[in-house]
Amino acid sequence: MRLRPMRSACAVLALCLTTAAGSAQAAIFNAETFVLENGMEVVVIPNHRSPVVSHQVWYRVGSADEPPGKTGIAHLLEHLMFKGTDKVPAGAYSRLVARNGGRDNAFTAFDYTGYYVNVAKDRLELAMTLEADRMVNLRLAEKDVLTERDVVLEERRSRTDNNPSALLNEQVRAALYLNHPYHNPVIGWASEVGSLSRADAEAFYHRWYAPNNAILVVAGDITAAELKPLAEKHYGAIPARTLPERVRNAEPPQVAARRVELRDARVRQPSWSRSYHAPSYNRDPDGLAYALQVLSEVVGGGATSQIYRSLVVDKELASSAGAWYDPTAIDTSTFGVYVSPRPGVEIAEVERAMEAEVAAILEKGVAPEEIERAKRRLQASAVYARDSLYTGANVLGTGVTTGQSVADIEAWPERIAAVTAGQVAQAARKVLDEKASVTGVLLPDGDKEGRS
Amino acid sequence: MTTIMRRLFLALAVAFLPALPAAAGPAVERVISAKGIEAWLVQDHINPIISMEFAFRGGSALDPADRAGLANMVSGLLDEGAGELDSYAFQKRLEDLSIDLSFSSGQDSFHGSLKTLTEHRDSAFSMMRIALTQPRFDDEPVQRIRSQILSGLAADLQNPSVVANRAWFALQFPNHPYGRPVKGTPESVKAITAADLRAFPAGAFGRDRLVVSVVGDITAEQLKPLLDQTFGDLPEKVGPPAVAFTAPKANGRVQVIERNNPQSVVVFGHEGIAREDAEWFPAYVMNYILGGGGFSSRLFTEVREKRGLAYSVHSGLSPFDYAPLIIGGVATANGRVAESLALIREEWRRMAEQGPTAPEMDDAKTYLTGSFPLQFDSVGAIAGILLAMQMDHLGIDYLEKRNALIEAVDADDVRDVAKRLLHPDRLAAVVVGQPDGLATH
Repeated sequence: MRLRPMRSACAVLALCLTTAAGSAQAAIFNAETFVLENGMEVVVIPNHRSPVVSHQVWYRVGSADEPPGKTGIAHLLEHLMFKGTDKVPAGAYSRLVARNGGRDNAFTAFDYTGYYVNVAKDRLELAMTLEADRMVNLRLAEKDVLTERDVVLEERRSRTDNNPSALLNEQVRAALYLNHPYHNPVIGWASEVGSLSRADAEAFYHRWYAPNNAILVVAGDITAAELKPLAEKHYGAIPARTLPERVRNAEPPQVAARRVELRDARVRQPSWSRSYHAPSYNRDPDGLAYALQVLSEVVGGGATSQIYRSLVVDKELASSAGAWYDPTAIDTSTFGVYVSPRPGVEIAEVERAMEAEVAAILEKGVAPEEIERAKRRLQASAVYARDSLYTGANVLGTGVTTGQSVADIEAWPERIAAVTAGQVAQAARKVLDEKASVTGVLLPDGDKEGRS
Repeated sequence: MTTIMRRLFLALAVAFLPALPAAAGPAVERVISAKGIEAWLVQDHINPIISMEFAFRGGSALDPADRAGLANMVSGLLDEGAGELDSYAFQKRLEDLSIDLSFSSGQDSFHGSLKTLTEHRDSAFSMMRIALTQPRFDDEPVQRIRSQILSGLAADLQNPSVVANRAWFALQFPNHPYGRPVKGTPESVKAITAADLRAFPAGAFGRDRLVVSVVGDITAEQLKPLLDQTFGDLPEKVGPPAVAFTAPKANGRVQVIERNNPQSVVVFGHEGIAREDAEWFPAYVMNYILGGGGFSSRLFTEVREKRGLAYSVHSGLSPFDYAPLIIGGVATANGRVAESLALIREEWRRMAEQGPTAPEMDDAKTYLTGSFPLQFDSVGAIAGILLAMQMDHLGIDYLEKRNALIEAVDADDVRDVAKRLLHPDRLAAVVVGQPDGLATH
């Protein structure tokens, strides 16, 4: 039995990529791509198991593109995209999809916003009609905006305010990014979400929603040859618009280790983590992202990993422990290690033990045979990734909107295979720098000892 | 409605006629091994992947009261050492062959799950065989997994949804195993001994309780010997699970569990309908309209869409083997709990008294039939469906019949079952938070 760390909902898609992208040989997904005349990119992932498709439109805009003081507007707009056009009144979108046997939803992250409909292949054009319509024709009523804003505030309470460990994650991130907008939670700070307006949503929509800022991803029982005329018919007629430059505040050099402790009366199980700035696929001047994936797998990927063996099995200090790394981001990403103490063990003790593990990784590196084992596991995971058509669509959508090409994504297994022990050691030295880290500690309120 | 809008709806109505009962799912074969072990198989050679899902009838509800959490703890330990392999060697072999092997326990059944690449097929089934027949329960993993479960139970107390759910079952089933959590309590988990763990398989893993489904890159002839190797050494008979039929007891009660949370989490529900009941499909359609239907249900429309009271609100049929239930949930700011619950009770009453409208019936049926193939998206998902079909005694031709059964439901059927099933005065609720102005009783 393996325990995994709790992750925020926004990290779920990224997790799909880190654990599932890749393939043993050749391309993973055999995705095909083309570009419409108006600049809209199209990615097709054939998967002919069932006569169904997943139709997805991903916009190259996310919460990290919000104007100052308007945190949460990207996500509120995602909700409001279901609130009507001239042709499809508020609430009708999902009813139409459901009436046709489809399921729809949407998601917002730091770097992208996506909308999907999973539906029988013979209803694909319904999804395209509806999605193309709301790409340009959104009409918002004041009352609907205010009601949906309340829904989003409830969503924030459910995801974050009701959950001390999510509250800590939010504080850790805010400390990790001093100036870059990854500092702010995707859902927004409650005080700012509560004053977002219809005008804010419309301004964001008109600024960023356009075919030349969108990627159509269709996975399932279809080929590029079949999709192309449909894509041209439904999306090709929408004129391109001039897009603003995507300007984000730069992160200054990190010079001081930070520590964030959340003491909360609701906490019953303490936990400890350390998050480090790390390269992403897209910002990787030293070419270390793939090596970091291997490092993460070796030191903290599972029940035989170095950290789990030491802290959980041998020293009997922790009930769970491991590492995480997600290289899908436009800007700097995060590498982290985490540990939860066993009942009766002090936080300070697991912290010391984890710091010793990190020091050992830096000093001794990791065993070459463990690197080879991890590489084989990661490559095998790519075969499994082909199975579900939804996985392929998520991996391609996430990758392309965070700066990878389809070819990059398809080449993942070879790039993992090419990682050397030297690169893994170099990546560890580069990233495991306490000055560029935030330590997050979750403790019960009033417990000075941190005893669990 | 503007003209343009109507035109669009008309155009859509023409272009997209209501979904016909979609093409049936994949072809299901009944495979019977030399030793008489039955499995349902769907061959799927698209990728070199094989998935097996199986279950033994009888789950955590069979745990002794002072050992609640026993089945769950066993499920965490079967992959922590078996046969000649200690915990590390077992886990290392799984990782090196990229085999996913895991177990879990629910109230009514004990599940096993295996996923492998074709090239490691025989090793994967062999690992499953020793996990089932030769688990070691060595001291180190027993203490480690126990500590993980205890940490998990502590973390659960931070999760208001889990707290509400457990309290709701405790309130409804004070003298029945369903009132005890699958994971047990800190006291019961600490009380479980190595002898309890070692004795468990012989009493639970019998071929008379076994149900198996396999999907993926394997033929019937390849599967047969693997079934015998994996399950053939299990005892032929351990007898049916002995759990008493029961009914929920907390008629209309509302319990508040104080938590310093800005939002209250509510679980509500009452007695439901058994899976084998003749009115199951009318009830299934009814629940879709009431609170099961994603973004289109009445509860969603009234509580979220119109008033913004909640992000999530839903209801669902939970046909436990010995006490069928209908259970729902909502999470709303402390000041809005009373209003939300009143709305939910009103929708319960309206459906019970008036039944569905004709458009609601049409939409429900086209959704429930048209969306069915969306579930067949991976070998594991299909194996899970085949397993559920067998657990629920649905017949091997169920995938072909299922949409016709939904098509056959009419508004009168739904009205009748709503009247029988839904009783707003009997809705029992547990609220975790600091709700304002809520009458508790």
